[in-house]
Amino acid sequence: MKNFLTLSLLLLSLAANASESVKLDDADIDLADKISLLRGAKHFVTNCLGCHSIKHIRYLRIAKDMEVDEKMILNDIAPLGAGIYDQIHSAMNKHDAEKWFGTQPPDLSLIARSRGADWLYSYLKSYYIDPKRPFGVNNMIFQDTAMPNPFWKLQGEQQAVTRKTIYGDHTELEIEEPGTLSEKEFDIMVNDLVNFLVYVGEPVQLERRQMGKYVLLFLLIFFVVGYLLKKEYWKDIH
Amino acid sequence: MKTNWFTSSGNWILDRFPLTKLWNDHMAHYYAPKNFNFWYFFGSLALLVLVNQFVTGILLTMNYKPDAKLAFDSVEYIMRDVHWGWLIRYMHSTGASAFFIVIYLHMFRGLMYGSFKQPRELVWIFGMLLFVALMAEAFMGYLLPWGQMSYWGAQVIISLFSAIPVIGDELSLWVRGDYVVSDATLNRFFAFHVISVPLVLVMLVFLHIVALHEVGSNNPDGIDIKKYKNEQGVPLDGIPFHPYYTVKDIAGVGVFLIFFATVIFYMPEMGGYFLEHANFIPADPLKTPEHIAPVWYFTPFYAILRAIPDKFAGVIGMGGAIVVLFLLPWLDRNPVRSIRYRGGIYKKALLMFAISFLVLGYLGTQPATPSATIVARIFTAIYFGFFLLMPIYTRWEKTKPVPTRTTEHHSIDEQLPALLEEITELKPATSEIDHGVFRSSFFSRRPSPTGIRHVLTRFAKKLVESLD
Repeated sequence: MKNFLTLSLLLLSLAANASESVKLDDADIDLADKISLLRGAKHFVTNCLGCHSIKHIRYLRIAKDMEVDEKMILNDIAPLGAGIYDQIHSAMNKHDAEKWFGTQPPDLSLIARSRGADWLYSYLKSYYIDPKRPFGVNNMIFQDTAMPNPFWKLQGEQQAVTRKTIYGDHTELEIEEPGTLSEKEFDIMVNDLVNFLVYVGEPVQLERRQMGKYVLLFLLIFFVVGYLLKKEYWKDIH
Repeated sequence: MKTNWFTSSGNWILDRFPLTKLWNDHMAHYYAPKNFNFWYFFGSLALLVLVNQFVTGILLTMNYKPDAKLAFDSVEYIMRDVHWGWLIRYMHSTGASAFFIVIYLHMFRGLMYGSFKQPRELVWIFGMLLFVALMAEAFMGYLLPWGQMSYWGAQVIISLFSAIPVIGDELSLWVRGDYVVSDATLNRFFAFHVISVPLVLVMLVFLHIVALHEVGSNNPDGIDIKKYKNEQGVPLDGIPFHPYYTVKDIAGVGVFLIFFATVIFYMPEMGGYFLEHANFIPADPLKTPEHIAPVWYFTPFYAILRAIPDKFAGVIGMGGAIVVLFLLPWLDRNPVRSIRYRGGIYKKALLMFAISFLVLGYLGTQPATPSATIVARIFTAIYFGFFLLMPIYTRWEKTKPVPTRTTEHHSIDEQLPALLEEITELKPATSEIDHGVFRSSFFSRRPSPTGIRHVLTRFAKKLVESLD
């Protein structure tokens, strides 16, 4: 028996080292931070909406969930001409997009649910100069991505530098040409954006966690009553 | 007492329909063994989950669009714009996984206490048919959200039919209704998922319960309670299902729902196991995902499929893994039902089977690397060994004497207070920690390392002893 267990553990550990993955940075996701979410929404409209839609959410929903006035969303965040009931669509023509990028930029409504917040956060920060690519940039997290670096002006341009260490070759990204934002400001900006995308992935998640407490409290009471009822009925059964 | 309108209309029905008889036969005068333990909750829980799937499923169809162009977006519409749509959808998606958890535990109960043995072979067969129908229901339902995993999972599984010689290609074409998974496939799967298979499920549940109530429930001692009856013909070790087991099941339902609600409200994706991450990307027939994994409840069988080198043999192996379960009543040659009185060899075999099922389930979620495939082959051999060697090893078994009447065991809730007392120790309260309202101001209970160690070693010793 013991031998069998040891063998199976050994075999499992063999099976475990199946795939290696790039180390991701931790995004600091806080959906209760409405200011961060609103900043993220603004960043999205400014930097992403040119190509990417988030068609599964409406401006109205953002206004309601962030508890801000509908007019403020239209004035401060939405692009000119958008209505409060509109879904957030990009104006880019899909035929043009295919001509320019070789592919249609995906809708980002659920990107945080399929990729995860840490991946998005790391991805957006990991562009580096690569003259072999059509847009002159490549990405550490997503090699040969079709997307150009949307933040080259803000973050600046990064260079991939490979150094020899005693642990082997180690590649790091270093700012070559500084952008208009400091490293810290840029991190906060990307984090706000990812925070917003996590919210867009499932707008109801804040509400659902709030509600869960009461449901569980009710079920706990339901169980206690049910358990006592059982005890009462069963007291003569031996 | 004057007969009022209510009673007289009630009598009108009772004169024409055997409601009282039905109620008595299946509830109030159905005598179930009084020694049911934890493992006996899962039958009624399966029924609860089935009802949950029906109710939430019907509500989902009101806004879902079975159309390859609209399906994915309509699910997101339900999640965002339909009132309470998110809750209904999560109840349905979590319900699917909960169904399999409950059913696997229900089946394992049968393996432990020999519930499949004479005279309950038909109960087991109907149950196995239910399991197969449930897998079909889950498989077709998983295509409906039309995400990448829905699409490619269906593509992989349907293409398995083409491994069958001669008719394979025609057959898979016939199942899909197209050369690839497409709108035609989605529509027919929708029809099967919401109409045909649910009807089959309901009919099989009916047959399962009728067959069970004809022969009576088994119990953890695996004895026949009908051998000892009182003057009225009531089994001495039996108690009426209603009210005793109805109230007990209500408490069980409470515990189940606490787990169920925790998943729904706090972790509906369950780390990518209940709702796979890649399924949040709309289906794209031109982009194959790097790693296609079925939902967790199919992974043991998927691992068996991948473990066998030849595709057709793999399909046979996967089907065989389910078919051998049907044969269980005739593979087990030992008349003793309950694991409590069976020989060590069956206990060890069952443990190995459970481990192989879990390991295969894990491997099925992982990419098939060469080393993982070797592990999967070993555990596939163990899986089949458990069943195919059963006619041999169950004959050698040295069983213990089976009691004639049910034995008393302490239930979890009865053991809990003593156990808590043992693993904690009484310490004088220190002022800095004890502000708590519920704490005594003089003493408080803290976890005690020695107590915990004692309990764990005793448990381990018991486990090792019980294997002989």
